[in-house]
Amino acid sequence: MKDVTIIGAGITGALIAHELSKYELDVLVLEKDSDAANGATGANSAMVHSGHDPKPGTLKCRYNLEGNRMFPDLCKELQVAYDPVGAFVVATSIEEEEKLEVLKNQCIERNVPYEILSGDKAREEEPNLSDDVSMALSLPTTGIITPWEVTFAALEEAYINSTEVRFDYEVKNIERKDDCFLINNEIETKVIINCAGAHCDDITNMLRVSPYKVETKKGEYYILDHTGQQLVRHVIYPVPTSKGKGVLAVPTVHHNVLIGPNSDFIEDKDDSSTGEGLDYVKREINKTIKNIPFNKMIHTFAGLRPHIDLNDFYIKEDDEIRNFIHVAGIESPGLSASPAIAKDVVENIVIPKFDTHKKDKYDRRRPFIKMNEMSLEERRKLIEENPDFGKLVCRCEKISLGEIKDVINRPLGAKTIKGVKMRCRPGMGRCQGGFCEPEVVRILQKELDQDYKDIRMNNKGSEVFVGKAREEL
Amino acid sequence: MRRHELVIIGGGSAGIAAALGAYENGIKDILVIEREFEYGGILQQCIHNGFGLHTFNEELSGPSYAEKYYDLIKDNECIQFMYNSAVTSITDKTVTVQSPDGLIEVETKAIILATGCRERPAGAIGLKGDRPVGVYTAGTAQKYLNRRGLLVGKKVFILGSGDIGLIMARRMTLEGAKVIGVAELQPYSNGLARNIKQCLEDFDIPLYLSHTVKAVHGKNRLESITLIEADDKLRMIEGTEQEIECDCLLLSIGLIPENTLIEELGVRIDPKTKGAVVDETYMTSVEGIFACGNALHVHDLVDYVSAEARKAGKGAADYILGKRTEGDILSNSLGNGVSYMVPQYFHKGNDIEFCFRVNRVFKDCFIQVSGKGIDKKVKKLGIVPSEMQKVMIKKEELQNLEGELCWEVQE
Repeated sequence: MKDVTIIGAGITGALIAHELSKYELDVLVLEKDSDAANGATGANSAMVHSGHDPKPGTLKCRYNLEGNRMFPDLCKELQVAYDPVGAFVVATSIEEEEKLEVLKNQCIERNVPYEILSGDKAREEEPNLSDDVSMALSLPTTGIITPWEVTFAALEEAYINSTEVRFDYEVKNIERKDDCFLINNEIETKVIINCAGAHCDDITNMLRVSPYKVETKKGEYYILDHTGQQLVRHVIYPVPTSKGKGVLAVPTVHHNVLIGPNSDFIEDKDDSSTGEGLDYVKREINKTIKNIPFNKMIHTFAGLRPHIDLNDFYIKEDDEIRNFIHVAGIESPGLSASPAIAKDVVENIVIPKFDTHKKDKYDRRRPFIKMNEMSLEERRKLIEENPDFGKLVCRCEKISLGEIKDVINRPLGAKTIKGVKMRCRPGMGRCQGGFCEPEVVRILQKELDQDYKDIRMNNKGSEVFVGKAREEL
Repeated sequence: MRRHELVIIGGGSAGIAAALGAYENGIKDILVIEREFEYGGILQQCIHNGFGLHTFNEELSGPSYAEKYYDLIKDNECIQFMYNSAVTSITDKTVTVQSPDGLIEVETKAIILATGCRERPAGAIGLKGDRPVGVYTAGTAQKYLNRRGLLVGKKVFILGSGDIGLIMARRMTLEGAKVIGVAELQPYSNGLARNIKQCLEDFDIPLYLSHTVKAVHGKNRLESITLIEADDKLRMIEGTEQEIECDCLLLSIGLIPENTLIEELGVRIDPKTKGAVVDETYMTSVEGIFACGNALHVHDLVDYVSAEARKAGKGAADYILGKRTEGDILSNSLGNGVSYMVPQYFHKGNDIEFCFRVNRVFKDCFIQVSGKGIDKKVKKLGIVPSEMQKVMIKKEELQNLEGELCWEVQE
């Protein structure tokens, strides 16, 4: 019998697992995909909002503010990247300046540090801001992260502290027993935490009529290469509209720039990137930023945001079913809010149910090896110890064989091409894996002793090869 | 710190020929830095024939061409190869190399960039729809097939009529896959005429000119694509969509010279070629840094790459030995029909071979070269954008030139 089962290994599921792993509890994480961070966590703006924007009185507002305060320490604890780059919300008309005033007042009420800048002052710091920008609200507590890195790290640390994690495990039915739940007729658990993102309502419907319906919101982004001068150093927001925060430019931890998202409702839970959406993104971003090098566009992606019809996060124990906990509707600013959600769910909902205490001994994970961030001397030493670190596999992002082997062989390591790419970036660069993917395939085969037939891009069904040359097809 | 007279980055067709060119012109201490475990670069995966007609007067496969060219320098003690070694940065005239032997700094007098090109990926054209497995650049599929014996699809559609796409249409067919068709956005093919004939027509593979792929569909694996017609302004024509079932889409939508290393040095890049701006000795805007081959501009034939790189080797040798032609720098002015010109700048005093491409199809035309003291017409039956043009201008013809050399195509 498990004490707690978390359904979904996105960032909220992973951070909840990480918090729970500090206690003497038997915890299981179930994930239908082949890897963590494969849904909304893997495709979003990759940033931590200051909390200036959500509507007052909402859970989004409360958790965003608290999450923003927690993120720097959390990233330090997990030994992952966090960069407090700050943000500018920019106005290009009198009407928009008035809206900045409203946001400024929200900052004052919420204790969010801010500064009002003139257009010229803002352009001094961000020379590529459009000449139309007449005023900016500077938000220095805005940060950038790599959401999947945080997720992998949190789950890895939970795992090495005795959390069980099962991938490719789809929850198909849940039954309520006397004092527990039975998942797929085989897993007994006292508590279920539903972190299933776009599928939260499907999971809930297995036990009762779900009090909410997930309507997936799609956000489309461009990624610009990191060669040359970075387009922007701060996150640049337009003033928000009824449609949302608008099209942003976000510098990434790896010095790329993300441009997006647009935001449309789509009916099925499919992530696909539509051209119309991208045209919209291009049009919108030109209002706030100039000199955008669209010829440095290396990738486009569409992320899913699990919006629920209650228009706020839905985080609580179910009204009818005891020990079934909803963590639903975690759309923007879900990423920013995730550490606060995890802390609240664990400390105030889950732990009071058990007679337990924190573990005496807690193991820390070994950080990812990032040669790009090392000094020449550190790199030299690493190569001396292990020549694999001298062999470059990914020329665009300068990733070595040693780094790739490490992400495959570490706890909860990469098993797919995407898994390697998300953990250490081969394929994220300007050639998009054109050169290094065959090499990554070879390394995966060797390290995991896999047949070519089993090499996958991502989930089951995404096997890369259909056969060998001259084989009967 | 190691020291060499000349460092060549890349040991493919350009790097090998550049080494030979530099040696022939007096440089006796050359280091070629190659990322892979072997020389030859992309030639090693081009197992089809058609290489070497100009250089060796015979039709060779890619690996044979590489070997035959490498044979010209292999016993030469003045030329050293450093394998499994990647240049990670260049600072002034010092290159930092990352290799299993360590982080090595090499100081040199001149550097030749011979890093080739990369394929334009799907992300660069904002392909709509899902992100299933089965969408590959043609060159990556070629590497899987020719070097690993692995097929990335059995029902294949190809977007773009670049040469690698055409070659792969034939290769995949020969290996048992079904190639349904090739779509080309332009109203003309972007591949060599011989490849259209030998790779498509001979296998009854249809070429859809003025067509493109609007979207790709499939949850995990590619299931279908939406093919759509394009008008003469290359815009999609709504209502002409057709769904085509396939499990693989290969992209042959352009090659981009690989210049990241020297861009970081501040070398001027030609927005048209996406390679460095060079003079007739292939020196870039940064003194002592040279570029050639597909890193400079994308060539049609490896023979042309080798020939150009050999000249770049001479350029670097002359620079190191203080034998450069100095004097006024002249430039080109590009008129009707000319999309780019290499070299972009030149000095008088040398015979210069100019390479360029046109921006549309011309029939029964002539290339007009004019300027002070020069009025030259080169008659052509037809010129297409996919075939690089070369015009040799003798030093005598440039003797009286001042200002710009004007180029245009007239019908």
